[in-house]
Amino acid sequence: MSMHPGWQAVIGLEIHAQLSTSSKLFSGASTAYGAEPNTHTAVVDIALPGALPVPNHAALDKAIRFGLAIGAHIASRSVFARKNYFYPDLPKGYQISQYELPIVSGGRLPVRLDDGRVIEVELERAHLEEDAGKSLHDAFHAATGIDLNRAGTPLLEIVSKPVLHSAQEAVAYMRTVHTLVRWLGICDGNMQEGSFRCDANVSVRREGAEKLGTRAEIKNVNSFRFVEKAIEYEIERQIRALENGEAIVQETRLYDAARHQTRSMRGKESADDYRYFPDPDLPPLAVTLADVEAVRATLPELPEARRARYIGELHLPEIDATQLCHDRATVEYFEAVLSGLRTRDAGPGEKGDAKLAANWVLGEVSAARNAEHLHFDAPRVSASALAELLTRVREGVISGKIAKDVFAAMWSGEGDADAVIEKRGLKQISDTGALAAAIDAVLAEYPSQLADYRGGNEKLLQFFVGQVMKRTKGQANPQQLNALLREKLQS
Amino acid sequence: MSIDITTVRHIARLARIAIDDADVAPLAQELSRVLDLADELGAADIADVAPLAHPQGEALTWRADAVTENDRADAFLALAPDARAGLYLVPKVIE
Amino acid sequence: MTGLFTSIAQCAQALRARQISAVELAREALRAAQTHADLNALISVDETGALAAAERADARLASGTWSSLSGIPFAHKDIFCTSGVRTTCASRMLADFVPPYDAGVVERLHDALAVSIGKANMDEFAMGSSNENSFFGAVKNPWDTARVPGGSSGGSAALVAAGVVPFATGTDTGGSIRQPAAFCGLTGLKPTYGRVSRWGMIAYASSLDCGGVLARSAEDCMHVLSAIAGHDPRDATSVARGVDNYADALRAPLQGLRIGVAREYFGAGIDAGVGATVQAALKQYEQLGATLVDISLPNAALAIPAYYVIAPAEASSNLARYDGVRYGHRCAHPTSLEDLYTRTRAEGFGAEVRRRILVGTYALSAGYYDAYYLRAQRVRRLIANDFVEAFKAVDLIAGPTTPTVAFKLGEKSADPLAMYAADVNTVAVNLAGLPAISIPAGFREGMPVGLQLIAPAFAEGALLAASHQFQLATDWHRRTPGGAA
Repeated sequence: MSMHPGWQAVIGLEIHAQLSTSSKLFSGASTAYGAEPNTHTAVVDIALPGALPVPNHAALDKAIRFGLAIGAHIASRSVFARKNYFYPDLPKGYQISQYELPIVSGGRLPVRLDDGRVIEVELERAHLEEDAGKSLHDAFHAATGIDLNRAGTPLLEIVSKPVLHSAQEAVAYMRTVHTLVRWLGICDGNMQEGSFRCDANVSVRREGAEKLGTRAEIKNVNSFRFVEKAIEYEIERQIRALENGEAIVQETRLYDAARHQTRSMRGKESADDYRYFPDPDLPPLAVTLADVEAVRATLPELPEARRARYIGELHLPEIDATQLCHDRATVEYFEAVLSGLRTRDAGPGEKGDAKLAANWVLGEVSAARNAEHLHFDAPRVSASALAELLTRVREGVISGKIAKDVFAAMWSGEGDADAVIEKRGLKQISDTGALAAAIDAVLAEYPSQLADYRGGNEKLLQFFVGQVMKRTKGQANPQQLNALLREKLQS
Repeated sequence: MSIDITTVRHIARLARIAIDDADVAPLAQELSRVLDLADELGAADIADVAPLAHPQGEALTWRADAVTENDRADAFLALAPDARAGLYLVPKVIE
Repeated sequence: MTGLFTSIAQCAQALRARQISAVELAREALRAAQTHADLNALISVDETGALAAAERADARLASGTWSSLSGIPFAHKDIFCTSGVRTTCASRMLADFVPPYDAGVVERLHDALAVSIGKANMDEFAMGSSNENSFFGAVKNPWDTARVPGGSSGGSAALVAAGVVPFATGTDTGGSIRQPAAFCGLTGLKPTYGRVSRWGMIAYASSLDCGGVLARSAEDCMHVLSAIAGHDPRDATSVARGVDNYADALRAPLQGLRIGVAREYFGAGIDAGVGATVQAALKQYEQLGATLVDISLPNAALAIPAYYVIAPAEASSNLARYDGVRYGHRCAHPTSLEDLYTRTRAEGFGAEVRRRILVGTYALSAGYYDAYYLRAQRVRRLIANDFVEAFKAVDLIAGPTTPTVAFKLGEKSADPLAMYAADVNTVAVNLAGLPAISIPAGFREGMPVGLQLIAPAFAEGALLAASHQFQLATDWHRRTPGGAA
């Protein structure tokens, strides 16, 4: 679907995912976010004379994890290289990165678009590198302040091939990578804190042209929405320029969220000469098949596979499966509820368990969680507690409607399902005698409505149902109530 | 290898070292002489020879992922020529 | 020359026999440093630290626990970070830099209770072969104060040769321990690359830099090597390999030792007198039971070109951190970030350092990387392979350490290339990462001549043994500038 007939946009994304290790890539300083400036720095991180880097093994494991999840090649020999340039947030005057021999190369990721299509996005590579510090330009009048807490944090730079052709495809790919790195437990994906950053390389060419157009790089966009807008703007800008006979300059641009446009980075060198060479302080990384298999053994079932299984085996609707598999914590909560249901529920109803659990996880639990901005790994109602509640519904102890009230009470900390039901006297009234008594009382209270109904106004059934419910404080078993009411009304 | 004045200025820029105009030409000469020395490498037959980056071919040592550093901010910031409010200061950078 | 500092073993004996205390020894050394101040061998004197360390040593000696270096005065080349003590690398860039941490080598000698009296002068950032490139002024050779002591560990050499201390630490990237040892009549040991930790040893060329020692004998070098050798997990290039018992190794006899004499090491640039002196020393080795074998190192002539590409390239990157932001020199009133960088670095670095940074930057730059840096690394493998081949037929390789005796101050400083050429017999060893030693082998024009022995990787024991046996049979190493043996 091209918004610009005759033109094709070509987009590649470079995503920097901060790996969730406790210490930095080359030093034992903490990677924890939000500390006082320059308090999470070791000798190595401030590049004192005589400091030397020693790499963090957990960072390598996480990189391999990612590589395996995308079916990429894991290099048995890869090399750390120095990327040399001067900037105040780069203490050594070079960044330790990987150049010719990255740890991960190739790989592909299926990306589900909004319209339901799935595209296979090919990746170029993923490599390890250290993050730079932060420059604060507004802290002082005529000076920029440098905080090196972030300097040395491990990053996995994930590079796609230039195979995306619209802002929508680019964002869908970005979301897929975001879900995956969180799923794998290698990155927390917190874009506000800068754990997940995206640079977009955008160019355009006439449809059918073979040669790629000159590309502009849009740097450091930190939300899905902004990435989409920035790319859309940039595509427009480039097409307009080319249609006017102007040339596209290969340059770095920033997204101005206030004005919804990209602009050239002032003062930035065009094509810096980074003088890459293998870092002499670091011998090559050797990774054996055994190392790779050890990591492979810890891989969880990936989102796409699990989604397919939920649809095929659990018979969940696609939309439910997709939503559940958006997030590993959600899916694990769901699985725990499901297994809790199954252990308790010895009777029939197996087929409905998954849908019941899914409805609740995606409904009540999600809403409650969202209201308080909680993650699924810290729910106020545990999966087993929810499973118990749902079992009570299955058993007919309470109705589904009442269960929602019980859930709210459980969420506020009033206790487990049985305790709340007991305390509030919410047990469903299925006793025919009690129900019959309630029905009789209602019918006696509303003689004219009864006459209307017998006169043919069938809609009044709901009125009577409502009144009985009110009289029984909502605890009438709906199925029993309906059956008994019809019976009585018939007579 | 003879390098010209433009190249010298370019290299000095990459290396962030200021050179007085008067020194550029003599420097170009000095550097050219060193590079002439380097050009002697051209005589070597290096077909099929891999570069030697690490003399002992040792395996890379790794670290376990653990926080082992204490906060030494005060000691480190005290070394700086210009640090305020816990930040290292440089002349304002415009991006 | 007090006679106290003729050897570490003699000092240690005097200490244990309570003929003298560590504090008195330290005071002696400090006095001697003062007496020889004209040599300009020390950048910083740490009297407080020395006396405190000496007191600690005395306490341990009293309680009966000591190592061979306990209470022995020495100096650190001012390239090793010493916590709380100014460390300058002989550069204006670090003229007032006080590190907040200790180098691995510093920690180990501290733990051995050796007593550092201060920081020895050197060529700036270890770049030089004469110690004329120091921001703190040139160092003089105690044998002839109109001559250079060699470099870059010139201060270390001068201190030991003048008898101020019995040993000093040094570093060797292209010959910076061995060449000053040769010029000053000392025994200077460069260990195998990775044998000694580089943590806290300010980097010049990371794949070539080696920490080592200058002393008056192989036996003394053995004591220091035993203390400083060993794996350091803070240095990823440090080898995880056990340390040999060098004391035991010292006793190996010369009988049957095959010494390769590389014809390339006696080439056209070698002074005839120096060559003859070294040949005479080799004849002595034969008389002591060794066998001399003619060998060739075919790519020897490529060593200087390869070194002067690789070392500057790595240095250009290692020295990028000196930018006036977090420590060290900063230019006054920088008007912009660019101004801060370019003026700080132009002011902070001396001419030779600036030259090497520029050469190195060029060698790594786009379009030149393949022709220079990459090519040099491939030639490096050829050179390393030459040694591997040679060591199939011989145990050690010998030759003059330097082409001439110590030259006069100012003689070569105007011509960098002439200076570089002086490294012709030493740089190949660093390119191959091998251990080597320079021992006094005689005199020429009244100035010491050094014999260099090179061994396979991790065969420091063999080097020390061969040197020790020679020193048992000769007395070149006992000669001192004062005349007395």
